[in-house]
Amino acid sequence: MSGTASTDRTAVPDADICIVGAGPAGALVADRLAADHEVVVLDAGPRFDPADRLERQERAIRPAYDRPDVWDSDPERDAHSASGEWFYPLNHARVKGVGGSTLHWQGMVMRLHEDDFASGTERGIGPDWPIDYADLRPHYAAAERELGVAGADDNPDAPPRDEPFPMPAFPPSYSDGLFAEACEALEVDMHSVPNARNSEAYDGRSACVGYGTCQPVCPAGAKYDATVHIERAESKGATVIDRAPVQRLEHDADRVRAAVYAIPDGTEHRQTADAFVVACGGVETPRLLLLSESEHYPDGLANSSGLVGRYFMDHLFAGTGGVLGEPTRQNHVGFLTSESHAFYDDADEELAPFKLEFFNYDGPSPVETALSADTWGDDLLEQLREDYGTHIGMGALVEQLPREDSYIGLDPDRTDDHDNPVPDVHWNVGDRALRTIERANEVQEAILSELGAEITWQVGPDDTGPAYHHMGTTRMGTDPGASVVDPHLRTHDLGNCWLVTSGAFPTGGAANPTLTIAALALRAAEDVRDAI
Amino acid sequence: MQLTRRDAAAALAALGAGGAVAFGAERIGRSAPGDPASDSGSGSRPSDERLRTTLVAAADVIYPSDVSGVEAFVEGFLDGRLDRSEHASGLRNAVGKLDDRAVSWHGDRFAALSAADRDRLLREIGADTAEEDPDGTAAERIRYYVVNELLLALYASPTGGELVGLENPQGHPGGTESYRRRPP
Repeated sequence: MSGTASTDRTAVPDADICIVGAGPAGALVADRLAADHEVVVLDAGPRFDPADRLERQERAIRPAYDRPDVWDSDPERDAHSASGEWFYPLNHARVKGVGGSTLHWQGMVMRLHEDDFASGTERGIGPDWPIDYADLRPHYAAAERELGVAGADDNPDAPPRDEPFPMPAFPPSYSDGLFAEACEALEVDMHSVPNARNSEAYDGRSACVGYGTCQPVCPAGAKYDATVHIERAESKGATVIDRAPVQRLEHDADRVRAAVYAIPDGTEHRQTADAFVVACGGVETPRLLLLSESEHYPDGLANSSGLVGRYFMDHLFAGTGGVLGEPTRQNHVGFLTSESHAFYDDADEELAPFKLEFFNYDGPSPVETALSADTWGDDLLEQLREDYGTHIGMGALVEQLPREDSYIGLDPDRTDDHDNPVPDVHWNVGDRALRTIERANEVQEAILSELGAEITWQVGPDDTGPAYHHMGTTRMGTDPGASVVDPHLRTHDLGNCWLVTSGAFPTGGAANPTLTIAALALRAAEDVRDAI
Repeated sequence: MQLTRRDAAAALAALGAGGAVAFGAERIGRSAPGDPASDSGSGSRPSDERLRTTLVAAADVIYPSDVSGVEAFVEGFLDGRLDRSEHASGLRNAVGKLDDRAVSWHGDRFAALSAADRDRLLREIGADTAEEDPDGTAAERIRYYVVNELLLALYASPTGGELVGLENPQGHPGGTESYRRRPP
């Protein structure tokens, strides 16, 4: 349609669809609809210059910079609270700006398992999703094509698929081969990792060149990020307005009327549209709804169920590592090439699904060690040679169940740079997840012991942390009293408002969520198109 | 181990500076953005040439003794770094502070001191234990703009990586083959 990439931040007249958030979900919806509709995308953060990525890489390596510095996190704009029993480092977990958190993500993209859609039925605990794997299967395939996934159909525990991956998988690493011998002895299947990272040139982007800083920045653009679909949507006519945080959604009882957003000069603007897609992730989406309370929705927009913000989930990390008496060849690349879902479908009421990851970057990166060392010259080189070369380690992602006492709320005592209450990440984790972390640690210890490693570190239930996957806060379901959005992610309360985020996940499974976010976004885009 | 043009290009990539590596004096040694006259003293606006000689002199003690080709390597990556005006300004400031200390404590500019005195001076300043900070104390700035600038350039380059046994160090776009390779 009209299309503009200028710094004109005024509202677009006669917009059909207003999308809030230029991360992968918003970008995919924008791309799907832009050719035939007037689409506007509003994002709170800036549009980053691709030419700056090498400087961002330097920030990622140098100790002077913290992780949020890499993508210009602003402590006032991004202020937050964490009142739960478990601290949540929110600004380490997200990027605000065009491209969203895919700018700093790892890029692992596997499908949820079939049982993940029916946890209550198949595992005896947690809710079922209102859709099953078959419903999402074609959208998974489409999402793999859109993101560009390098993978192989070699995972015996993965759900069925009808087509090859768009690109061949990255071959296993040298250390994967070391793990393979131990895993074979223990009868643990290993397989490739589906990566949203080009193993060959794809979609106009280069193959991976091995910078080794995938998380938090890929200077080559070989790792998928949502700027791909934002740019494509703009080429079809979409308008993207950056540095335009939406303050509230104006509405009446059954329709959203406008997104009120602020721009850097301090003025506010109203973007009207026929349909609104809120795609700000599992934290800012419920926050925006709660900020949009009204006489119609005194507890927050689209919150007749009282569940907006509830059931906040993340994946828990479990890890074990050590040293071998031989070289392990770590830190050549910044991505993983092997994992195992061998224990994933053993999940039941007592133990959660989990997957194992085999690291390619365990132990110190010599350059990072050098920058924090207390010496230089020959002494430093000797130290680096002693520290590098024999480390080996494993990780795991563990599902946590949704809990009412784990939620995103507003902190009335703290405001952001626009005087809005900040999000309060009130994160709590239950015993099933903690038991499963212990189980994952046991498996990791067994594999590393079989390998002959001396175990030197472990992340267990007492010091686990989040994987930065925000899920559950705008739950999907068919019952308006027990969920926020319907199976196409349209709110039960407002007929022209979709919440396209991992907040829709009733349960989290143990797979990294972005491919499922993308599949749901493509499915939701069809519903938006049909509705308008 | 010999540092090469490829290492300098790799250093520039890791150091976040674009453009080709231009060896020689095409840019280095040109009229400095600072005040060349200040080079007659120990002032805080050193010229490009003084930046070059200071960093080469620092690399002589910061780098392992069996690394050769240091001068051309430092010239190569420094040229690209000076394209970033904010960084170049911080670098000039840090080199100015380093030379101020050198003159005050050892009677001559840093580059004119013996290797032993250069090493001692950097430690006397506290650049060995300081945490790098581009906006911090003199020690923290010298750690950021001099010591760690040189260490990042070396250990993110192929030759620096190979010194440690890592052909494709973090920050170097060394491809996707070496991670699969058996140990030599």
